[in-house]
Amino acid sequence: MIRLKDVMKEYPNGTRALNGLSLEIQDGEFVFLVGPSGSGKSTIIKLLTGEVIPTEGRVMVNGFSLSNIAEWQIPYLRRTLGVIFQDFRLIENKTVYDNMVFAMRAVGAAPREIKKRIAYVLKLVGLENKFSRLPDELSGGEQQRVAIARALVNNPSTIIADEPTGNLDPARSLEIMTLLKRINELGTTVLVVTHEKDLVNRFSERVVMLEKGRVIGDGVGKYGVNVHA
Amino acid sequence: MRKHSKHDFQYFISEGFSSMFTHGFMSFAAIGITVACLLIMGTFSLVAVNANATLEKLEEENDVLAFVDERLTEAEARALREEILAVPNVTGAEFISRTEALADYESQYEDEELFQDLPDSTLRHRFVVSLADISKMSETKELLADVPGIAKVNAYEELSNGFITIRNIATIVCVALIAMLFLVSVFIIANTIKLTTFDRRNEIAIMKMVGATNGFIRWPFVYEGFLMGLLSAVIAFFLQWGLYGLITSGISSSDAFDIIEIVSFSQMWLPVALIFVAAGMLIGIGGSVSAIRQFLKV
Repeated sequence: MIRLKDVMKEYPNGTRALNGLSLEIQDGEFVFLVGPSGSGKSTIIKLLTGEVIPTEGRVMVNGFSLSNIAEWQIPYLRRTLGVIFQDFRLIENKTVYDNMVFAMRAVGAAPREIKKRIAYVLKLVGLENKFSRLPDELSGGEQQRVAIARALVNNPSTIIADEPTGNLDPARSLEIMTLLKRINELGTTVLVVTHEKDLVNRFSERVVMLEKGRVIGDGVGKYGVNVHA
Repeated sequence: MRKHSKHDFQYFISEGFSSMFTHGFMSFAAIGITVACLLIMGTFSLVAVNANATLEKLEEENDVLAFVDERLTEAEARALREEILAVPNVTGAEFISRTEALADYESQYEDEELFQDLPDSTLRHRFVVSLADISKMSETKELLADVPGIAKVNAYEELSNGFITIRNIATIVCVALIAMLFLVSVFIIANTIKLTTFDRRNEIAIMKMVGATNGFIRWPFVYEGFLMGLLSAVIAFFLQWGLYGLITSGISSSDAFDIIEIVSFSQMWLPVALIFVAAGMLIGIGGSVSAIRQFLKV
């Protein structure tokens, strides 16, 4: 579960990115986090992954309190999260399979477990026949699916996707979002940060709208039309 | 916190090893620099060892002469040996009779008639006394002069003090130079490994993102540094061996360097090898640990 309560975040240069923001996401939910540039979307992701700590207020993520988390606990928090980025962030000189292995090895998984889990996850994202390809031999949509597979490979309870379709055409974007929805249906909490109104409106999911570091709308419905404040 | 398993260590070693080959040019540069630094440090140390050996030899030759009272017979004079050996700091006392001393003296001036056919009584019986510690030459000289039957003691204290000063200065200069070169090596290796680490910052960021601990991220780099240090030490050792052989054979074949006491490499190979391996590994591991530190702050 994710809970932010009266969170204020001010950076050392004086920029106030979040201004008393409160938000709660239950386990198993699918949530779109939308808002213009500078509304605080990126800061929320940084707070949830432990890259920054709140200046004021409380942040709880999957049982970790990020307001007073010890440095050694941060890796263990991150193991409960799978993060997906707009620019995929794959290792260019490793194959699809080795990118997966790398992510599992990094958390100390045993070789037998790795083999079994990767086969399952690659099948889930539809890339079971492309495991030996290098990232630049794949299309943008396929690369993002590898990134999703990597985020899933350590079996996190929450997926955080930061503009996952920002580099993709509309058809591939829809594919990726459908895949994330399917992952959510299998029990994983999914938080998607995006500004693609049309894409959000194709799904009847919870939409949280941000502006100037505050929640200005939160509800199920169409982005920009009938989201209730 | 979970401890690292057997699989983890297999992974660290294989990653460290393969990374050394994947980043071939950078590894080659790091190894080359370490070898150069080890060679410079090694050459300095070996020069210091040889200088020390030469000074020791010269010191040994700087004996004390104890002259026996001329009223004593040769037999009485010889009997003083035990008393001289009982003096603290004395390690040896060789008796030279006045006849032997005169013969030796005359042989030095064979061409000068004035010094030939001198009577035996011109010179005294004497002992050539060797000391354990030449820094205590003055005290020993006084103790020897107090031995009944010893008329006079000659010792070149200024010369021995000079040797001690030279040795002390040489030791300080060598230790300072070696320490400086060591620090320079660590700095260069740290920067070289920093470049390879920079090359892999993307991998490190991904590892951090999926929840790898700092220890887990650091280990492959530590192994890489360790392997590079070890390899550098082995290469530097054989190069040092060859270089030393070349220089010493050049010195031995030249009469101008007769005074230099050369210590053979076979007497020193083990300490040289151990020091190279220890220094190489320290440089490698120290360099990699300090290089990766800044990339772990995410």
